[in-house]
Amino acid sequence: MVFAAEEVMVHATDGGWLAQWAWLIVVAPFVAMVAIVFFGKRMPRKGGEVAVGAMGFVFVYAAALLILNITKGVIYQHSIQVAQLGNVSVEWGWVVDGLSTMMYFVVGILSFLVFTYAIGYMKGDVRETWFFAAFSLFVGSMLVLVSAPNLIQLIVGWEGVGLSSYLLIGHYWEEKENSSAGMKAFYTNKIADVGLIIGAIVLGTAVGSFRYSDILDAAASNSSVLVPVAVLGGVLLFIGAMGKSAQFPFHVWLPDAMAGPTPVSSLMHAATMVTAGVYLVARMYPLYAGMASDMRVLIVIIGTVTLLIAGLLAIVQDDLKRVLAYSTVSQLGYMVAALGAGGYTAGLFHLWTHAFFKGLLFLTAGSIIHAVHSNNMSDMGGLRKQMPVTFWSFTSASLALVAIIPFAGFFSKDEILATLGNNGYTWAMWIGILGAFITAFYMGRAMFLTFFGSYKGEAHVHESPGVMAVPMAILAVASLIAGWVNIPGVYEGFHHWVTGRAIAFPSFSTEGFDVPVMLTGLGFALAGIIVAYFVYFRDAETQQARDRVRIPVLWPLLEHKYYLDDLYLATLINPIKGPIARAVNWTNSYIIDGIVNGAGVVARILARFVYGDLDQKGIDLAVNTAAIVTGSAGGQARRLQTGKVQQYAAMTVAGAVLLVIAIVIFT
Amino acid sequence: MGGWFSEASNWWFLLIAVFIAFSALRVVTATNVVHSALFLVGALAGTAGLFLLLGAQFVAWVLVLVYIGAVIVLFLFGIMITRAPTGPKVEVDNPRRGFAATAAILTFAVMVYSSVSAFGHMEVTTVGTGTATDLIGSQLMGRFVLPFEAVSFVLLAALVGGVTLARKDTARDETDEGGTA
Amino acid sequence: MSLVQFLVLGAFMFSLGVYGLLVRRNAVMVLLAIELMLNAVNLNLIAFEAALRTTFAGGQIFAIFAITVAAAEVGIGLAIVLLIFRNRRSVNVDELDVMRW
Repeated sequence: MVFAAEEVMVHATDGGWLAQWAWLIVVAPFVAMVAIVFFGKRMPRKGGEVAVGAMGFVFVYAAALLILNITKGVIYQHSIQVAQLGNVSVEWGWVVDGLSTMMYFVVGILSFLVFTYAIGYMKGDVRETWFFAAFSLFVGSMLVLVSAPNLIQLIVGWEGVGLSSYLLIGHYWEEKENSSAGMKAFYTNKIADVGLIIGAIVLGTAVGSFRYSDILDAAASNSSVLVPVAVLGGVLLFIGAMGKSAQFPFHVWLPDAMAGPTPVSSLMHAATMVTAGVYLVARMYPLYAGMASDMRVLIVIIGTVTLLIAGLLAIVQDDLKRVLAYSTVSQLGYMVAALGAGGYTAGLFHLWTHAFFKGLLFLTAGSIIHAVHSNNMSDMGGLRKQMPVTFWSFTSASLALVAIIPFAGFFSKDEILATLGNNGYTWAMWIGILGAFITAFYMGRAMFLTFFGSYKGEAHVHESPGVMAVPMAILAVASLIAGWVNIPGVYEGFHHWVTGRAIAFPSFSTEGFDVPVMLTGLGFALAGIIVAYFVYFRDAETQQARDRVRIPVLWPLLEHKYYLDDLYLATLINPIKGPIARAVNWTNSYIIDGIVNGAGVVARILARFVYGDLDQKGIDLAVNTAAIVTGSAGGQARRLQTGKVQQYAAMTVAGAVLLVIAIVIFT
Repeated sequence: MGGWFSEASNWWFLLIAVFIAFSALRVVTATNVVHSALFLVGALAGTAGLFLLLGAQFVAWVLVLVYIGAVIVLFLFGIMITRAPTGPKVEVDNPRRGFAATAAILTFAVMVYSSVSAFGHMEVTTVGTGTATDLIGSQLMGRFVLPFEAVSFVLLAALVGGVTLARKDTARDETDEGGTA
Repeated sequence: MSLVQFLVLGAFMFSLGVYGLLVRRNAVMVLLAIELMLNAVNLNLIAFEAALRTTFAGGQIFAIFAITVAAAEVGIGLAIVLLIFRNRRSVNVDELDVMRW
């Protein structure tokens, strides 16, 4: 039974002054960053207040924009040309439309809450001011990315996010593995970014402009300039999206990125970084829906594979944050698969709800880690009595993630499954349902190991302070109600929000309630929880219970992450580190340095010659000789001055006589 | 040459010339400075005679009056005051004699040669056509009045200068009696 | 009388004066030699005047001036010699060599 779907309607205003000043949202985090860099150390909260203030401003303004979009709809963009490189016009601007306002709001609310949380979490940290400055840069770059009206600005924001994530993941760089994790994230993203940049170039030069409006216009109207490059461009852009959104095989950086402080993980996984890839596909959706639609199968396949393998990996993790990391990868797989299958709203809706509950999950994990001083679940247990706020927040978020009605995730995940089923990707739908089981299993495992049983660690456990607890509570409520903005047949506001775009989507519709799929999904999820209960709750204490789950071949494979990391190390990293690096070094030392040093040696020899022979012996000799000759001549000549007047007279007479003789003779 | 000796004035000239030559020679070769001064008197006297021979009577007697009468007297005073050492062992000449003789001879030769080659043909008027003194007076006061006045200033300057130079400084005399510098 | 004979005599006296100027050690003797030279010059002047009496009759005037100036010069010169004698107790010109190298 499928409820009625609604047609797309695009009606909007241009947003008035609220949209014209929307660039303040993008600028505010950067202003905060500069202020923190210069004044942060002197402030009582080490610059955190400035950051929270800026994020608060972003949140309020984004909320205003969202309300504007809900009530009246807004489609606005403004670009300023900053450079002209040949035929390419480089512009800077901002977009205010349905997709952007949704993203602004997600970034804004999550940033505000996570920054508030971070003030408590990072208190006393070794680099608190630097943290807030980098964090503000992170949010600012994401806003640049999301507000971009053209591909070039998107790439600028993309790279900015990559840079700040590197800085933040490697925040505790005193441990080598933390800085290595940062580098791994950066390199993996950079390899994927090759696809993004080439894709952008391909599409931009084919159309002649990098603006979304121009490219998507060309795509929507099946323009002939775009025909040869549409599929290629789509594939390349998607490769870039795979990097940021941690799709297989570029997912390897995400679990290691847990080395960063927990607020970073929370914001990065919930709202900021990993959603960039999904956002890119959503933004370029007319291209994918229209001319590049041949490659959508690829997108679905990759999304589905990702969600499955990441979910399996989450089962074997002992580190609580890694469970959540793999969970994020898995959920991103859901989003990507939905977008590939044609579920524009479905994918974005899951992004929306995922932001709230995954962000909350990380905050609670941080709260636990802060109290227990360990990341590993084997050091936890029975925490629900001592940390009630954390426990109930975790529960709310887990239920949302596992997609139990009426929590947020239920509506979004159900819509994804319905989309997959109704657009011919039935195999993907079944894998998604299996994924729901796996999700429930590992989340149940995590909950039972952490909050139930007896405490296995040694630290003194206490609840987190208010500044950390309040954001968690807020997000716990949000995890419950965030899904209620798109209940098919009841209220489909979200669908209207995000489809308020400049390009009318071709033949697009949202899904209704597909009851069989919905019930199947729910059933599998509950089954997962029950199995986890039996394995981990009742016999959680005994080692036997844990060993019973260790399926011989599967478990080691999962624990070694399918040996993917080892594969990358052997084929990519080590050849570059070893022979290639050595060869380059040899060339540099002997050939390049040899030339430079040789020039130096020649100059020295030349200088020595000029100085020693030419100057000292040649020129100085001549000069000195002239001086000596003059001196001795003078010394001899002065002997004429005897002081005797008669002698002078004699000389005068002699001279005069000779002169006269000469005159007489010659005249 | 024979015509030269036929004139009586030439005989007188020859006589006086020999006298002058001898005196002049003795002026520069005398060992005693007083002798030297007195031989100068002879040379000057001879020159005065020659002036008379040439018809310049006024100048001749002016020479006698001023030169011999005043200048030589002055010289003698100077000799007396400066009291040069005399005697056979005193060297009056310096070792430059050869050079000086050469220079003198060369000077003489040049002058003689130029005089002869330039003025060899000219004649001098004899005693009979001497110059009247009033002529000299009128010339002095007429045409040559400016140099005349100038020379009088020169004399004044020399007078004042000589007195200033040679006077004994009374203040200095009280401090060091007859001391050297 | 020929002019030349007077000129030759004058040249002779002048040369002797030069010799005496260069040779004599006593300052007074040097002054005497200078007087000899001046005398020779006077002789020359009068001789030329005698030869050119019709054309230019100023030679005798010049001679008077020369005598006058010579007298003034002798006065000053002897005053200086007197000062030197007072300062150094000697009139040997060879000893007056303070302004030397």
